[in-house]
Amino acid sequence: MKKILITLTLLALPGLSLAAGVGYPLLTAPIDPHNKASLQRGAQLFVNYCMGCHSLEHQRYNRMARDIGLTDEQVQDNLIFTGARVGDTMKNAMARDDARSWFGVAPPDLSLIARSKGVNYLYTFLLTFYEDPSRPFGANNAAFPNAGMPHVLWDLQGMQRAIVETHTDAEGNETEVVTGFQLAQPGSMSPPEYREAAADLVNFLSYVGEPIQLERQRIGVWVILFLGLALVVFYLLKKEYWKDVH
Amino acid sequence: MSTVDDVDLGRRRFLTATATVVGGVGVAFVAVPFLSSWAPSERAQAAGAPVEADVSRLEEGALMTVEWRGRPIWLLKRSQRMLDDLPGLRDQLRDPDSAETAQQPPYAQNVHRSIRPELLVMIGICTHLGCSPTFRPEIAPADLGSYWRGGFFCPCHGSGFDLAGRVFRGVPAPLNMEVPPHRFLSDSLVLIGVDPESA
Amino acid sequence: MANTQGTTGLVGWIDERFPLTKTIREHLTEYYAPKNFNFWYYFGSLALLVLILQIVTGIWLTMNYKPSAEEAFASVEYIMRDVNWGWLIRYMHSTGASFFFLVVYLHMFRALLYGSYKKPRELLWLIGVVIFVVLMAEAFMGYLLPWGQMSYWGAQVIISLFGAIPGIGDSLTLWIRGDYVISDATLNRFFALHVIALPLVLVGLVFVHIVALHAVGSNNPDGVDIKKVKGPDGKPLDGIPFHPYYTVKDLVGVVVFLIFFSVVVFFAPEMGGFFLEHPNFEPADPMKTPEHIAPVWYFTPFYAILRAVPDKLGGVIAMGAAIVVLFFLPWLDRSPVRSIRYRGFAFKAALALFVVSFLILGYLGALPPSPGRTVLTQICTVIYFAFFAVLPILPWFEKTKPVPERVT
Repeated sequence: MKKILITLTLLALPGLSLAAGVGYPLLTAPIDPHNKASLQRGAQLFVNYCMGCHSLEHQRYNRMARDIGLTDEQVQDNLIFTGARVGDTMKNAMARDDARSWFGVAPPDLSLIARSKGVNYLYTFLLTFYEDPSRPFGANNAAFPNAGMPHVLWDLQGMQRAIVETHTDAEGNETEVVTGFQLAQPGSMSPPEYREAAADLVNFLSYVGEPIQLERQRIGVWVILFLGLALVVFYLLKKEYWKDVH
Repeated sequence: MSTVDDVDLGRRRFLTATATVVGGVGVAFVAVPFLSSWAPSERAQAAGAPVEADVSRLEEGALMTVEWRGRPIWLLKRSQRMLDDLPGLRDQLRDPDSAETAQQPPYAQNVHRSIRPELLVMIGICTHLGCSPTFRPEIAPADLGSYWRGGFFCPCHGSGFDLAGRVFRGVPAPLNMEVPPHRFLSDSLVLIGVDPESA
Repeated sequence: MANTQGTTGLVGWIDERFPLTKTIREHLTEYYAPKNFNFWYYFGSLALLVLILQIVTGIWLTMNYKPSAEEAFASVEYIMRDVNWGWLIRYMHSTGASFFFLVVYLHMFRALLYGSYKKPRELLWLIGVVIFVVLMAEAFMGYLLPWGQMSYWGAQVIISLFGAIPGIGDSLTLWIRGDYVISDATLNRFFALHVIALPLVLVGLVFVHIVALHAVGSNNPDGVDIKKVKGPDGKPLDGIPFHPYYTVKDLVGVVVFLIFFSVVVFFAPEMGGFFLEHPNFEPADPMKTPEHIAPVWYFTPFYAILRAVPDKLGGVIAMGAAIVVLFFLPWLDRSPVRSIRYRGFAFKAALALFVVSFLILGYLGALPPSPGRTVLTQICTVIYFAFFAVLPILPWFEKTKPVPERVT
């Protein structure tokens, strides 16, 4: 048993050291789940840039259409490239085994990425790719150091160079910390445009994480109003009966 | 404790009734999600989406089956002889004019029970207890008798239907077989599960 | 059975065959509860409400949940997205689990405040502690079912605790899991225990708990025995019939509770990662441990005690002892005074320290360990046990106040 645990821990170590790496301070994602135009742009970006590798295997196209203000036909014509039907979930064509051999790990399904990692992490991740010739795809990431993923949005953002500071601790160990970026090669979008695109994409992933989110809050208001009314009635009833006791 | 004399019984009764109503409404609200969670889920609805059937290679007198919502859908291309037989069977049928409106959409409420006379689209489930009848196009076979002009025979309890799915008299099945909503996308493509766009 | 209730009609017909009216009288309309119940007395009926809520939502979840390692995670998302209102039923169940513990902890704290575990209510307290232990097992097994990263690794860690038992440890963990790691077999048996076995036990225990309560009668914030002073009609002067007085009062508590419950369900179902932990939105991966494994908040005080001891077996023993010691409470507290209202400063201070240390342990148990935190955890663990250790000798230092004859 102990051996198994140790083996598991060893296997887990690379993952641990990655995740525990120097954390770049998280940016705040400027997202608005009510903004349907932003969600639609996010969906467009997702199917164009992410879906080659990442699926949304719990998200149905027609549910997405309904929730972000598109018709089934619009989705069928503009957002489905895989021959899927509108009632299908947003799977992609990439075989997981191929993916594992190309990238080292299979690109994860992103249905719940916004709930497991948080929207600020995703936003920071999308903004902090930088040039690093030592990586297989020529780019590294400050939010997720040594990520296996290439900078697929580089034609939009362009390529940034990291500003690195070297910190020396008391024992003389040197660590390199990314403190900022400068644009080395512009992309098709200006930096503010790219930030907005990244926010749209994160907004969309946040919607996909919990499609019921807005509906849930809307219903919640009514539930609490009803309970407030019930509280008044039951409180008066209690007071009436307790006149006997006091 | 005070005595019953100084209790305002009217107010007490009114508040009890109000609280009961509010509580009852609350329980009813809570019941809604639990009851409606039994309705078909998004997945079931997606799986039950309309299906297309290509009838271009369907020969005269032949039957093809596609699946829609887990049930067999028959597409039968009837010959002129088969169509000509239909009016003559009136007296042997329970509902010759398809008066039961639930058993077919209005656009199939005609003598051949179809949009195009020759192409019958029908749910292949017996209206008695849900078996799937067998297709028996032959005329007057030994086991079915001399009156048989081709039709569907249910092996479970012996119900018979003609080649428009109309039920014969004196069999357990009470109703004609059901025609599902369907539309023609082109000459050869039928979409099963939705009404025609004009309907 | 003869009809001694004087009822007629349908009720009379039933009463001749079943003690319907008799039961209603004994346990509701003629069950005399002290009239001075305060805020702390809501949590018993609320615990019963949450139990019912968990059973109903749980039954509905099993209608779509698939207890297999292949399908479990996806079936939960199926419930959350595809099943009509499935999200509400699931959030009610996950929020209900946390509220169950919240309510039960407050209910237990009430017993500490007013000495409700003292004679003649020792057995009532013991049954209650058994309910608490079974509830912890129920919650632990339920937490594996979504088959997320925290489900998996949390179960891995907790089951490994049994490995600390000398001699049989390794074979015991193997037997519990039914495999060399947490696997489909483990998930399936936990599912069976979570949805059938333990709920049956819980319902039975709750029934016995209420029977025991009604046999000895409810305690009250003054800790006086209302049966001592009876009126000419033989009814306690300080007692009032449970129905209608406490039913209408508890209903107000129920509505207030439901408001808090709904705020969480509809506006913060994850409760900042405390009710639904973020890593649990990733499917279980036996090859990758999350960065930081913390149990759900209701286990963190005991988890902190486990980590306070720098020895595997010692930690497990300490954690077990922290729960087992609760069983001895009625005999450890030797003061004749029940309610904190009439107890001395020594007890008040000891209880305050105990509660504060328990809360700090709960907070620390949710955080990753660091040297400073470990020292603080150890201090709080000592205070936790010291509370029980000083209880028997407390009467020597304690200046109690005179207890009144009647409730105030």
